[in-house]
Amino acid sequence: MKKNKIVENIAYIVFLIFGMLTIACVLLITVYLIVSGIPAIKEIGLINFLFGKKWASTAQEPSFGILPFILTSVYGTAAATVLAVPVGLLSSIYISRYANKKVRSVIESFINMLASIPSVVVGLIGMVVLVPTVAKVFRLSDGATLASAIVVLTIMILPNVIKVSVTSLDAVKKEYEDGSIALGATKEETIIKVTIPKAKSGIASAIVLAIGRAIGEAMAVVMVSGNVANMPTLFDSVRFLTTAISSEMSYASVGSLQRNALFSIALVLYVFIMLINAFLNIFLKKGQEN
Amino acid sequence: MKKLICVLFVLITLLTTGCSKKNENVSTDGSTSMSKVIGMLSEGFLEETGVTVDYNATGSSSGIQAVIEGRSEIGLSSRSLKDSEKQQGLKEIVVAYDGIAVIVNNENTVEDLDMETLAKIFTGEITNWSQLGGDDSDIVLIGREAGSGTRDGFESITSTTDKCLYKQELLSTGDVITAVSSNPNAIGYASLASVKDTVKALKINGVVASEATILDKTYLLQRPFVYAVKENVELSENAQKFIDYTFSDKGKELMVAAGVVPAN
Repeated sequence: MKKNKIVENIAYIVFLIFGMLTIACVLLITVYLIVSGIPAIKEIGLINFLFGKKWASTAQEPSFGILPFILTSVYGTAAATVLAVPVGLLSSIYISRYANKKVRSVIESFINMLASIPSVVVGLIGMVVLVPTVAKVFRLSDGATLASAIVVLTIMILPNVIKVSVTSLDAVKKEYEDGSIALGATKEETIIKVTIPKAKSGIASAIVLAIGRAIGEAMAVVMVSGNVANMPTLFDSVRFLTTAISSEMSYASVGSLQRNALFSIALVLYVFIMLINAFLNIFLKKGQEN
Repeated sequence: MKKLICVLFVLITLLTTGCSKKNENVSTDGSTSMSKVIGMLSEGFLEETGVTVDYNATGSSSGIQAVIEGRSEIGLSSRSLKDSEKQQGLKEIVVAYDGIAVIVNNENTVEDLDMETLAKIFTGEITNWSQLGGDDSDIVLIGREAGSGTRDGFESITSTTDKCLYKQELLSTGDVITAVSSNPNAIGYASLASVKDTVKALKINGVVASEATILDKTYLLQRPFVYAVKENVELSENAQKFIDYTFSDKGKELMVAAGVVPAN
């Protein structure tokens, strides 16, 4: 009897430790980012840091303004989302409502494959194929631009949008649609007026997930965006928040303002992603209430 | 309860013992441009002595920093040490010389540039290939990110530090070569050792970049490959062996194979 109790206690503690592991990781990262991100912001000044237009961290007179990175990330993510959502939604409607079982399983396995291509591979293909194409199509001297990065991001978030949308469309009860069709609506009308509104919280979370994925992507965009810290315009070379960190981290010496500023960029990125997650939670909760 | 604490204690000790393994490898850290040289040297060294050379490809400045902080024994730098770095107790051992090739797309008709023109191109004074006898198209400057040894080498030799108006700042030599090979308007720079026939290396002041012209110093775009070590601290046995191996005949042979010119 007593022995059993001890075994149970040990098991409980072991599981508890592993259960707490995730929380510990998140807390550790959060605390570390805040502690190491604050000093540079203090030194540079929050306004100068967030709204400064010039980033020249290694120049004789360094300047640490990350507005170009913030705007690039926001524009790039927004544009990729605007492109990916309609395409993703239409394709998920096809998969969920029109495709027969065989076609559906083929499409779904391709979507899974697209989702699992490593971002560095996408970036490499983007660099060799997409960048010259963009240069040709838009008659630019060089195709490594925000536009190319948007295309790459769109392709990368498309599977996320489709997969989550399909799940939420599948979850809409058949009775609702049957009711609509019984009242004389066509299949298309039913999908647009009944199915999609019913699945809207799921679709919303698909969008938010996609935004989160796009804003955090680094490896693929660095290879097609040119990686120069310009204020973003569609056909110019740009640098994202993520790539600003990865391009300079390995060179910045410990304790330098440059390195601390990179941690501050990471903090800004982290805040962005936390906000996106908060939105996601709100949508998911709403979905459950429905 | 006591038993429970005992078990936990054992678990924790088991989990933490993995970290204290003794490391006898030679640790090197630094320039990404030196990866090929170090790769070949460490392979040969492993064969001869059975000692592994760890190579952390981070960048010259960061490798030197690693030696100052004691995280690494040999720093690999593709530029001479700065005075500020020497003041922190480091000395440099020149291992080899590397030529920086100025590369353009194979379709480009320009063959030869002088140093002055090169600087003008990279600072944006000359912006069109027609000004250099090429096609009428904008020049696209492709460089490396701030902190890269190759960029630092190129900009300091051409006196264009912080003045280059890049269209792309890429994170590796390979990326630069790929970008130049896929854009007919592009010009970039890369380690001569890494340049293959996917791109065209230009003559500088009429001199072709080659081993011979680097060694007799007529090719101007060149820089030293350097080991940075602590000045007054004795190296570990294996690290010293590795440095000796670098300067042995076998080591020099490997460096030549890696495309650089060994120093004497």
